[in-house]
Amino acid sequence: MHKHLNRYFGLFALPTLIAFSVAFLIPFLLGIYLSFTEFTTVSDASFVGFSNYILAFTENSNFLNALWFTVKFSFVTIITVNLFAFLLALALTKKIRGRNLFRAVFFMPNLIGGIVLGYIWQVIINGILLFWGADITQNSTYGFWGLVVLTNWQMIGYMMVIFIAGINNIPPQLIEAAKIDGAKPSQILFKITLPLTMPAFTICSFLTLTNSFKLFDQNLALTAGAPARQTAMLSLDIYNTFYGKIGSEGVGQAKGVVFFLLVAGLAALQLYLTKSREVDG
Amino acid sequence: METKIKPFKNLGLFFLLSILSVLFIAPIIIVLINSFKGQFYISDAPFSLPNALTFAGTENYLNGIERTNFFTAFFYSLFITVGSVLLLTLGASMTSWYLARTKSRFSSFLYYLFVFSMIVPFQMVMFTMSKIANTLRLDNPVGIILIYLGFGAGLSIFIFSGFVKSIPREIEEAAVVDGCNPITLFFSVIFPILRPTAITVAILNTMWIWNDYLLPYLVIGNDYKTIPIAIQYLQGGYGARDMGALMAMLVLAIIPIIVFYLFCQKYIIKGVVAGAVKG
Repeated sequence: MHKHLNRYFGLFALPTLIAFSVAFLIPFLLGIYLSFTEFTTVSDASFVGFSNYILAFTENSNFLNALWFTVKFSFVTIITVNLFAFLLALALTKKIRGRNLFRAVFFMPNLIGGIVLGYIWQVIINGILLFWGADITQNSTYGFWGLVVLTNWQMIGYMMVIFIAGINNIPPQLIEAAKIDGAKPSQILFKITLPLTMPAFTICSFLTLTNSFKLFDQNLALTAGAPARQTAMLSLDIYNTFYGKIGSEGVGQAKGVVFFLLVAGLAALQLYLTKSREVDG
Repeated sequence: METKIKPFKNLGLFFLLSILSVLFIAPIIIVLINSFKGQFYISDAPFSLPNALTFAGTENYLNGIERTNFFTAFFYSLFITVGSVLLLTLGASMTSWYLARTKSRFSSFLYYLFVFSMIVPFQMVMFTMSKIANTLRLDNPVGIILIYLGFGAGLSIFIFSGFVKSIPREIEEAAVVDGCNPITLFFSVIFPILRPTAITVAILNTMWIWNDYLLPYLVIGNDYKTIPIAIQYLQGGYGARDMGALMAMLVLAIIPIIVFYLFCQKYIIKGVVAGAVKG
């Protein structure tokens, strides 16, 4: 029967494969090629070697600034999002009135799109800064912490759901036995709950990391990089390089390839950590 | 009436969570309140309630709907999301089953190629992809559905494949003995078994495509504005924008999401857990 199935390639796999080639595969390969050329319309590409990659880092400091901003931002959000999400998950796996309603409320912001989120928080953060007569576009520190608050609001509920699933997977007998042996609540937390939710921590950390690394819509709507591109993250800087100035498309594509290598490196690290833990366990 | 949860248990925690919940909803309430204030009274005092002077009634909503063509944008968003999600669910499930059951090198090469696409950030391919979409005349609401099929195939096939492998081969063999060909086998046996996974995949893709901004902006943004694109256009130059209309459009953009959430909450939470653990 399954040898038979090969004849149905055209029906089962080909349509998806064609769409995949048009939307991803050809653009990806073409993108790598174009990063070594100078072009404005794709068809006028001329080979320039590695000069786009050199220009990406040396033409101005935008890319390195964006990289540093993104790294700082991701570092802070990994800690805050996971900490708050885990605490909420701990609270909401206890017997508490209305806990399903609480869960629903904390999760809800995650469904709202980045552009809408950005403008919601722009109004609120500008409203708060107004007490000091300031504006989010005046200082990159405001933009940084504004993005941190926004991202926390968006992602805490999502990570909370994953932590709740992790905590619910802990066999109740384990905690019962510990209680009978006279373990204090803090001992149960540090010796049982935390170690057994480590897989959830790995998942949530990498989800926060990759989401923070690739953040675009929220960045565009909240600050659009203001003041003077200081709050532009990697995605926004690549976008600005492509569409901000004619003639720098090659540099934009080179930045895109570097960005891809960074994200792929993170994914490889995650795969390695997950696999090695599975072998250990 | 007796409940399993005692009313006074963890009372302190209950109050803390209640305060946090209010803080979590506050941003949306603030936008809602401001959507009823005159556009010049929003930036100056975003935390005050409307009064006789600042109350604008439905003016912001009428203004915003007219300036963004909100109902047209809503229609494009709905059409593109529903079309893409249906096609993705069907295409990805068929491809996953085909790749899992034809054990050739080519099949596993294709599988890894699809999975690989998941880790490639959009900025790497956005320029070339939008140029190709343009050249192939896919720059319309129907064409972009094909783009979403190709771009979303990676994650969807990855999730489906995990479950396809768990379908017992005996079921398929029995169906073949009963006279099924691959087409009837897939649609009357395999797809019904995959239904829970299909719902997960559909929910994840709905959340992504409905909110997506940059892909539709680059491919069809000039002629067909979805809701996120319409809101971004409304913003215009900093300072010159109509804050009232912006607030009203933010509210209108959130309403469909809340309705969707109320109806599909159970599936959304399940989808998130499944998607996260798999991805």
